[in-house]
Amino acid sequence: MLSKKQARAFFLGGTVITFLIFIGLTIFSFSKAQDQSNDENITEAVVKGKELWEANNCMGCHTILGEGAYYAPELTKVVERRGEGYIKAVLTTPVDWAPNGRKMVAYGFSQEEAADLIAFFNWIGKIDLNGFDTVVSPLAKDE
Amino acid sequence: MKYKSQKVAYWFFALSMLLFGLQIVYGFIMGSAHAGYDGLHSIIPFNTARAVHTNLLVVWLLSGFMGAAYYIIPEEAQRELVNVKLAYVQLISLAVVGVIAIVGYHFNYWEGRKFLEIPRPLDYLVVVNVLLFLGLILTTLFKGKRKTTTALVLSMGLLFAALLYLPGMLPFDSQVKDSFFRWWVVHLWVEGVWELIMGGILSFLLIKLTGVDREVIEKWLYVIVGLTFLSGVLGTGHHYYYIGVNKIWLIVGGIFSALEPLAFLAMALFAVNMYRKGEKKHPNKLALYWTLGAAIVSFMGAGLLGFAHTLPQTNKYTHGTLVTAMHGHLAFWGAYAMIVLAIISYSLPNMTGRKLYESTRGRVAFWLSNIGMIGMTVAFGVAGVAQVYLERKFKMEFMAVQKEIEIHFVVLILCATIFLTGIISYMIDFYKHGKPNDEALETVSN
Ligand code: HEM
Ligand code: HEM
Ligand SMILES: [Fe+2]
Repeated sequence: MLSKKQARAFFLGGTVITFLIFIGLTIFSFSKAQDQSNDENITEAVVKGKELWEANNCMGCHTILGEGAYYAPELTKVVERRGEGYIKAVLTTPVDWAPNGRKMVAYGFSQEEAADLIAFFNWIGKIDLNGFDTVVSPLAKDE
Repeated sequence: MKYKSQKVAYWFFALSMLLFGLQIVYGFIMGSAHAGYDGLHSIIPFNTARAVHTNLLVVWLLSGFMGAAYYIIPEEAQRELVNVKLAYVQLISLAVVGVIAIVGYHFNYWEGRKFLEIPRPLDYLVVVNVLLFLGLILTTLFKGKRKTTTALVLSMGLLFAALLYLPGMLPFDSQVKDSFFRWWVVHLWVEGVWELIMGGILSFLLIKLTGVDREVIEKWLYVIVGLTFLSGVLGTGHHYYYIGVNKIWLIVGGIFSALEPLAFLAMALFAVNMYRKGEKKHPNKLALYWTLGAAIVSFMGAGLLGFAHTLPQTNKYTHGTLVTAMHGHLAFWGAYAMIVLAIISYSLPNMTGRKLYESTRGRVAFWLSNIGMIGMTVAFGVAGVAQVYLERKFKMEFMAVQKEIEIHFVVLILCATIFLTGIISYMIDFYKHGKPNDEALETVSN
């Protein structure tokens, strides 16, 4: 039968080994050659867009990269789906946007802020998502 | 209760109860919004309700874990807490930070990162608060007469939980990196170090309630937490499949996260077997219900429902849908909410001296809350599966699908009402126990 000492060795050993592998894989994932996110294309506008995204907790209703809340549409490929004009209209309108009955907060962003958010969405839209992008309808380009 | 300072735990539990009640209110607001009734939109938009709902959950669970530690550590270490006054300071500062954060969420003061919405300046206060807590617990443990495995595992869980909060505070310009390290907090908490906390509390309760030899229980505790880390650390990969990082995570995350249910299965088998084996039957039946319940329901919510969407082939379709919410509810409920309610049910009679071990109200609380929560899980599940098919297989528009599944949120609200009735019963029981007092010292043999 397993002794308490052996049980402890199993715990400590397993933890240390898997943790080291985890760190190794993390470093590997973010090495330049493995980059799938076009890291070099993150412009000042993209960063400002991300700040606005966070400051207003957009993720509290929407998902992006499949993460967030389940109340409003996934926005990963939103530029492809709707086009920039539509998005700008949603972001700048001073009244609640509710084309299907469900309301979005009326942020009334300035033209510049809207442009930053669109830059952020454009960057997000070009990330290689290991095939997720073909599934997430209605983002999916059929085929 | 053996040591006067254990009474501090009561106030952490009371704070837990209060925040838990509030959490449920915001749950109803969101459920109604999903069902088509968003009348509160202009004052409490969905994202506010959601941030409040999930953050209150985390804070009440943490307050419950802290209370558990203040109760368990003195008893295990066989000495009074090193400083009771500071423990109250810690309690009040926890409550204050929590309240500021929650109020802030109503005024667009937050950082929109799922589960980590607390704004940066408040993060530092959280860190100070937790350091104070850990300082008190760890010095008590190390000055104590004995250092049991139960106490060590519990403290280790609390310490690691604090350390893992830090990667969540790193600033990144890239959403991909931001998300990657956010999981170091969220995943490595619930599928890692919190399981140590749960394991420690579970082990303490089983020792007290079943009378099985400590050596036997603690040996299995090591096996369980061993399985947890062995699968859970690399299992983090199940959040990295589709966020813009290397495909290697599909393999690593897939294999290791598929093993994660083993730790929860082990926990359930462990609890049930120790109960069967135990000679001594402690009269506190309600505590036993919650303890065994936590071990079993966590296996259902985290183990089975987690497994249901953890393979990359499935997750590709379910990622970011209501299927996730289905799993999130039963997992959090079974593993962490129920273990906190278990330690409260066990310790409350010991701290107050009122031995309400068996009451109809207590049983009603247990059964209604569990039946309600399972009903809610089914409602989320049906809505989620329908969403996956309509949206991702048949490529319908998001909002068109939401209209189709509105009815399931009416069912959700009905089940949530059953759940709430159970929780209200629990709270009445809590209140009926009265305040902790020194007359309760040593009145119970264990
Ligand atoms: C008590 C333990 C657990 C709790 C409290 C829990 C809770 C949660 C929560 C709240 C989420 C949503 C996170 C977010 O999107 O930000 C989530 C996601 C997930 N959980 Fe768990 N979980 C637990 C255990 C497990 C286990 C053991 C497995 C696997 C066997 C698992 C598999 C998953 C998967 C695959 C996702 C991602 C879903 C998606 O892609 O949208 N969970 N969990
Ligand atoms: C009256 C009871 C409750 C109701 C009506 C309710 C409803 C909801 C709703 C509608 C959401 C948001 C889903 C979305 O983003 O669209 C949510 C999120 C969440 N709730 Fe509850 N909830 C209740 C109780 C609870 C309890 C007791 C727990 C924990 C034990 C809990 C844990 C969570 C978690 C972890 C999330 C985030 C899930 C995710 O992102 O995947 N809720 N809840
Ligand atoms: Fe996870």
